[in-house]
Amino acid sequence: MLSLESIDVFYGKIHALKEVSLIVDEGEIVTLIGANGAGKTSLLRTISGLVRAKNGVIRFRGEDITRRRAEEIVAMGISHVPEGRRIFANLTVKENLEMGAFLRKEKAGVQEDLERVFALFPRLKERLRQAAGTLSGGEQQMLAIGRALMARPKLLLLDEPSMGLAPVLVQTIFSIIREINEQKTTILLIEQNAHMALSVAHRAYVIETGRIVLSGTSEELRQSEKVRAAYLGG
Amino acid sequence: MDWLQQLLNGISLGSIYALIALGYTMVYGIVKLINFAHGDVFMLGAFIGFYGLTALHLGFIPSILLAMAITSIIGVLIERVAYRRLRNSPRIAALTTAIGVSLFIEYTTIYIRGPQPEAYPDLFGNDKLHILGATIRADALIILLISIVLMLLLQWIVHYTKIGKAMRAVSYDAEAARLMGISVDRTISWTFALGSALAGAAGVIFGLYYTKIEPLMGLIPGLKAFIAAVLGGIGSIPGAMIGGLVLGLVETWVSALGFSLVRDAVAFVILILILLFMPQGLFGKNVREKV
Repeated sequence: MLSLESIDVFYGKIHALKEVSLIVDEGEIVTLIGANGAGKTSLLRTISGLVRAKNGVIRFRGEDITRRRAEEIVAMGISHVPEGRRIFANLTVKENLEMGAFLRKEKAGVQEDLERVFALFPRLKERLRQAAGTLSGGEQQMLAIGRALMARPKLLLLDEPSMGLAPVLVQTIFSIIREINEQKTTILLIEQNAHMALSVAHRAYVIETGRIVLSGTSEELRQSEKVRAAYLGG
Repeated sequence: MDWLQQLLNGISLGSIYALIALGYTMVYGIVKLINFAHGDVFMLGAFIGFYGLTALHLGFIPSILLAMAITSIIGVLIERVAYRRLRNSPRIAALTTAIGVSLFIEYTTIYIRGPQPEAYPDLFGNDKLHILGATIRADALIILLISIVLMLLLQWIVHYTKIGKAMRAVSYDAEAARLMGISVDRTISWTFALGSALAGAAGVIFGLYYTKIEPLMGLIPGLKAFIAAVLGGIGSIPGAMIGGLVLGLVETWVSALGFSLVRDAVAFVILILILLFMPQGLFGKNVREKV
């Protein structure tokens, strides 16, 4: 569904991504784990068109999207839940969800997806008219994911959905991620919490200083000495 | 002293400031630029309205609509030609450009039609209304009515239409808005169109009320409206409305009390005080920290 072939990204002179290649197949949850500053966020930003790759090709469902604009990439079916949630705090919860469906014209489909988001996150339904900035951190994360789902994406990019959340909420968010995937949305997930990430993902990649150093099924990586030592705390 | 007339004068002047201030604040909210050419768009609105009324013999409302339509196109062109390519440049570059655009509009207008002033046709004669024992000018009420309608319309656009919601989303976080598929360029064009249309309407209203218009007339009202926007909290739409009204009332009272010579100075004193003691203005948001 999504493939990256030796992607290079630079910020000025800093070489942020070095010949990164990876594949996400339809229906999968793939996770990318790595330390702070390893290039995880840069990778997602490159896929969604916020950052331009210098070399390499990104293909989505057979089409080259390497030079497409972020707005076009959303329209093609990739939604990105950015790091730090980035909800529109000055808009209401309902308006945030509407912005997620900005490009869609079919009212019935949008309404259907709204119901789907409410089913996944009943809390949002209770807070529809509230300014999004007044939500708690967990609710904001739910809103950020719900907003992305409103575009009815085929591929969902999630950047650190567990960041800053209480452990109970992390559990909730991850079970919802699994549920979204069961509803036929492919997911590429970035996490520092490697434990949680490997427990939901089918396959995983490990990134270190801009380079993919390891990949395999989640089970394989969980057994790997290297991963255990570096990311799972022994 | 006729207090009701003074109050109404203040509100009328204030609503003109408010209409101009809205354009400043909306543009600032979305591109963080003080568009110093905005006062000149107001001037162009006054002239377009004037030619609509005199040369084209249009009615009052059609003339306002014509002025709004043309100034909104001019606003979009200004952004497209002068500001868009500077969006990622240092702010001082965009600010300098804005001053350049302002001078360009002023002196192009003079080049085309000369520097001489024009007198607006007197549409409402000297109609006076008698309310509560006070006498007030009819045109002051009309100005007020039009301003209120335009501001309500703007509020409706900003809060209930798709483009209005997109404007608020982009002004809060342009990159997140792109991830929703919102075109930032198009949203910014809409913002310039709306803000410029309001300034164009304000120009016609101004001409009607103060009768004299000339190519450099945008300078002082432009600066005053900028002060009104800062007073209300730059970036805040209700702030611009309230800021404009407050400034109009203060100026009118200063004049009414016999200090009309320092009327303009008072506005700038307000600016200095606001910047010293309350830089976020009356309705300003605290600057959001990026995490």
